[in-house]
Amino acid sequence: MQQQQQTIPEQQHVSWAVTLNVSWAGIKRRFFRSLITMSGVVLAIAFLTYMQVMNKIVQALVEARDPVLDAILQAAGVEIHEESSNDSIVLLIILSLLACFVGIVNSMLMSVTERIKEIGTLKCLGALDGFIVRSYFIESSVQGVAGTCLGCILGLIVSIVVAFSSYKGHVATHFPWGGIFNALLVSLLIGTLLSVSAAILPAYMAAKKQPVDAMRVEE
Amino acid sequence: MTTEQKEDIIVKARGVTKVYTMGAEKIHALRGIDLDVRRGEYLSILGPSGSGKSTFFNMVGGLDRPTEGNVEVDGCCLRELNQKQLAWVRCHKMGYIFQSFNLIMTMTALENVALPRIFAGESPSEARDAAADILKTVGLGHRLTHLPSQVSGGQQQRIAIARALVNKPSIVLADEPTGNLDLHTGEEIINLLGELKSKLGITIITATHDMKMLSASDTVVWIKDGRADRVARKGEFEIAIGTIDGKTLA
Repeated sequence: MQQQQQTIPEQQHVSWAVTLNVSWAGIKRRFFRSLITMSGVVLAIAFLTYMQVMNKIVQALVEARDPVLDAILQAAGVEIHEESSNDSIVLLIILSLLACFVGIVNSMLMSVTERIKEIGTLKCLGALDGFIVRSYFIESSVQGVAGTCLGCILGLIVSIVVAFSSYKGHVATHFPWGGIFNALLVSLLIGTLLSVSAAILPAYMAAKKQPVDAMRVEE
Repeated sequence: MTTEQKEDIIVKARGVTKVYTMGAEKIHALRGIDLDVRRGEYLSILGPSGSGKSTFFNMVGGLDRPTEGNVEVDGCCLRELNQKQLAWVRCHKMGYIFQSFNLIMTMTALENVALPRIFAGESPSEARDAAADILKTVGLGHRLTHLPSQVSGGQQQRIAIARALVNKPSIVLADEPTGNLDLHTGEEIINLLGELKSKLGITIITATHDMKMLSASDTVVWIKDGRADRVARKGEFEIAIGTIDGKTLA
């Protein structure tokens, strides 16, 4: 009575482009929820950008060697003639980035727990682990990159407003275009790297959920 | 292909046991179930909670593996398949309907129904065309772009039925499909499943408590303490049923 076993093909992977197409609906419609996840990234990157841009502006003003400007800088508490030590600021930046990293991992893991049933359902419909990993990865990367861009803009605006209110028109005369461009690039790179790497663990955890979880009836 | 011509048995369960180990304790959820399901049949699995009904249902659905024994679905021995082959079987051979609908809440009706076809390798636009056709078949042609939260429970279950059928599966597994619906809507869903079964020639396996569902079944299996306690074909079981609005429920 032993029946001949059919050769069953293996389910094929869905491409990155199609995964993005499918995940996009979720990212778009969960936008407000994403804003909360993003706010950590926005604030951390805004802080990083602010610190960098302010540093570049002050540096440019110091290098101008203008006695009037030096007086203003000294009044603002800038050490003109000493190599200022940035250790505590660097530590502060690292801490804020670390908090932001943990924040993304945490909120993405929560979203995995909330969506166990959804992941199980997708697997019942034929999704492979790879699809789940990719869609979670895309979702948190998009959130992270969007948050990073917003953070860069926010940090830049705040630092320029603060710089103008402290040093008035001098900022415009000695505006360090190149330095600020570099600072933004560094912020973008760090923010993107941070949010993309924070996405790895939650995406992996999501893929390990079983299709049988879809059957559990708890609302 | 050869097996399909030889027999009209679509699901063949032999000596299916499932043992869960919880610490030092072993829980026997299934104690050896043998069952044949004929192609095109409407089979209901009945049993109190804790009877092993859901465990057996999950085995047939390829969602869980038996500790011993074997389940063959449409000629595929589920035990021998790897994860990717199991995913292929779930995608192409089976359709799932859940008690709580399990629609993806951030996707429209059309996007939800298109998913199985996308997983089967179709492009999103082709998949959406096929999804629109099947949604029209279940009477939701006017709700394509609605989110699940914007339609009623009965309509959500219709979307779920469309999603289960969009890849033309051999078997539809429905876990308490009327459990979250009122009597009238539940009846509509049962009628729809019955219609689709005859129209498309699919096999339907349900786990249910709903007496209306039983009366629509060709075969009923009672599961008790992890064993198939009784199997009754249509005509061999009688169900006492009530009425709604003076109309007999059947």
